[in-house]
Amino acid sequence: MRRGKEVKKVLRKQLKASHTLLKHEGISTASQPTKNLVVANGGLGNGVSREDLSAAMKQFGDVESLFMPPQKPYAFVTYRYHRSKNLLFIIKAICSKEVLVRFPEELALVEDFVSPEEEILLLAAVDWSTSNQAQKALKHRRVKHYGFEFRYDNNNVDKDKPLPAGLPEECLPVLHRCLQDGHINVLPDQLTVNQYETGQGIPPHIDTHSAFEDTILSLSLGAKTVMEFRHPDGRVVPVVLPERSLLVMKGESRYLWTHGITPRKFDLVPACETQSADHSEPNLVSHGGLTLSKRGTRTSFTFRKIRHKPCCCAFPSACDSQGGSSPCPPSQPSLPSCHADATRLEEEYVHRVYDAIASHFSSTRHTPWPRVCHFLSALQPGSVLADVGCGNGKYLGVNPQLITVGCDRSSSLVQICAERGFNAFVSDALSVPLRTDSCDACISIAVIHHFSTQERRLAAVRELVRLLKPGGQALIYVWAYEQEYNKQKSKYLKDHNKPQNGEKSKDKPEEGQEPHEEPSVLTTSHLDNNYIGGLKDDSKMTESKLSVHTNRTAFNSQDLLVPWHLKGRKTRGEEEFSSGLHTTNCPDSKLSPSVDTSQVPGGSSVPVFHRYYHVFQQGELEQLCIEVTGVEVQTSYHDQGNWCVILQKE
Amino acid sequence: MKLLTHNMLTSHVKGVTKGYPLLIKATEVKVNEVDFNPKFVCRMIPKLEWSALVQAADQLGHREDLPGELVPDYEKNEDFLRKVHRVLLEVEVIEGCLQCPESGREFPISRGIPNMLLNEDEA
Repeated sequence: MRRGKEVKKVLRKQLKASHTLLKHEGISTASQPTKNLVVANGGLGNGVSREDLSAAMKQFGDVESLFMPPQKPYAFVTYRYHRSKNLLFIIKAICSKEVLVRFPEELALVEDFVSPEEEILLLAAVDWSTSNQAQKALKHRRVKHYGFEFRYDNNNVDKDKPLPAGLPEECLPVLHRCLQDGHINVLPDQLTVNQYETGQGIPPHIDTHSAFEDTILSLSLGAKTVMEFRHPDGRVVPVVLPERSLLVMKGESRYLWTHGITPRKFDLVPACETQSADHSEPNLVSHGGLTLSKRGTRTSFTFRKIRHKPCCCAFPSACDSQGGSSPCPPSQPSLPSCHADATRLEEEYVHRVYDAIASHFSSTRHTPWPRVCHFLSALQPGSVLADVGCGNGKYLGVNPQLITVGCDRSSSLVQICAERGFNAFVSDALSVPLRTDSCDACISIAVIHHFSTQERRLAAVRELVRLLKPGGQALIYVWAYEQEYNKQKSKYLKDHNKPQNGEKSKDKPEEGQEPHEEPSVLTTSHLDNNYIGGLKDDSKMTESKLSVHTNRTAFNSQDLLVPWHLKGRKTRGEEEFSSGLHTTNCPDSKLSPSVDTSQVPGGSSVPVFHRYYHVFQQGELEQLCIEVTGVEVQTSYHDQGNWCVILQKE
Repeated sequence: MKLLTHNMLTSHVKGVTKGYPLLIKATEVKVNEVDFNPKFVCRMIPKLEWSALVQAADQLGHREDLPGELVPDYEKNEDFLRKVHRVLLEVEVIEGCLQCPESGREFPISRGIPNMLLNEDEA
């Protein structure tokens, strides 16, 4: 009787696993044993490492191969001989799903460049206890400079002010080997040592062209990590840097690609160290046999040669010597800690950006969202409606029975409203010049997520409520941290195959529900990996500097910069933007800090603007509204990657 | 800027208690014909500050004999509704400024758009 139950349970589990397999991989299972075995609940997706699984599977026989698809809770084992054990068997041999990604041009990785003995010597050479000017306590990693200090405020070096301490002499044998092997032809004179604890990282960046010569050497010591290289066209290449390896960045990989390390606790790495050990194909990264690797404390030694003449590389769009700028704002802003910082951040990373991109932005905002229209249509004829943050005015004419007025911070967008015959004026959402208790309804669509402190977001809700008559309603939409809700991905995520910049033919309706119709760049999602470490941890791990979001991927932080790739030369926005260049107070670059350029596949470069966002977590918007007195949250919902509430004034 | 918008706008300079209505100093005014919809005008009237509308129309020289007090039974008075229609929706200030009656702060109107942004110390 008991045994019968056990058998039934096993059969049920087999059936379930079999269904999962069919659904996810299109693989059907065989009733007779084969050499291939599927291991349910034994995949990378549920935290099982290749080493552990391999050890477990070897107990049952001679394992020929092990295939672990990334992010899946199952794995496949192939034995040399037929298995007789009654588990679950698959008929189709799993063809290896190897995906090969080409290394960035002129990037080289030399494994085991230093011996374990040298590694110990080098690590001991860094005295973290002495505090000097050149040792910066960055919030999320330790940094020490030798030769010259790298300044994080202007991303450059004081070339006339060498540090008293030159490069540690322990480095010399390593550097001479680099010379001999032809990796460099002149000795570096600057060293930056970074120490990353588990879960720490560095935002994507390009080493300032005008500060350093071409070749950059980076030694990884203590532990391996994964460094992500990103091309402006959206390609992302994760490169595993094993301990004691040397990374040589030259040419395109040094000048055009950004490199960074995502803050997380585990990396997905190739199971066998094939990526460059296989010298026949040294430029390919294998994505086939992957395993989880827990990060340890990694210390990197980055050797650079100070540049004394302007850079004249072949990548002007990313070259600060040639009028371009790096794909990250030269001085990436931090989350504001005071009111003045908050207004400065919003001025630079919200207001100026919308004014500059107004025309292009407006051309991607033509279809009102259905649930907003529903709210507007349900209002009594003759109701007074204020659209605070009305953009190009796409909601002002939805219900012609309403008396509507719109306002926006961007005069370029308000100009578009006026040309369409709508009543609109320029104003700030925190101080709307409308009479108290004068509106039957207010809407705030995709506005409040641009305020950079909790205080200011609260003030924005309070101001909306002030405008309402008693009994009046406000509808608020903000962008959601959760772009996947009830197992449904938002259109923002789904549309990752859209053409660059989300451009659509005119007769095709705008599909996206999200506030953003942006370029399609598909990269590996960091969210899944972060879940391993836990979301809460992730927020602590993030750099204090705001990170730049990769369009159409899951968010990995609540406060971030979202790129906008400007299209359409000679638009109004662009002209205004160009004329504004001369007044910008950014001496190093012709562009303002929120702007940089990126190369498009066609070869011309397009300006990329960064907008600040605070994306809301579930419940956060309701929580914010509850803090405002005299108002009741009537309903709240998730609509295509946005959190939404309807408030009623008492 | 139509006078409908003006009727809703108020000065929001910090510390100001009587910021309504804003004074209009126009340098360019246009009249654009708009389709007359008596039902819509009827619905608008109760939402208005009547005296502010009359005062604004007067400042622009477009009072159209509108009475200082709202007339009863205006719903059936087409002649009256047409006049209200004209001052609310057809008269537009293209260039000029709005002035706060209390602080004297001027807000520019350019290409028909009032710019109501405050400086940091005024908000």
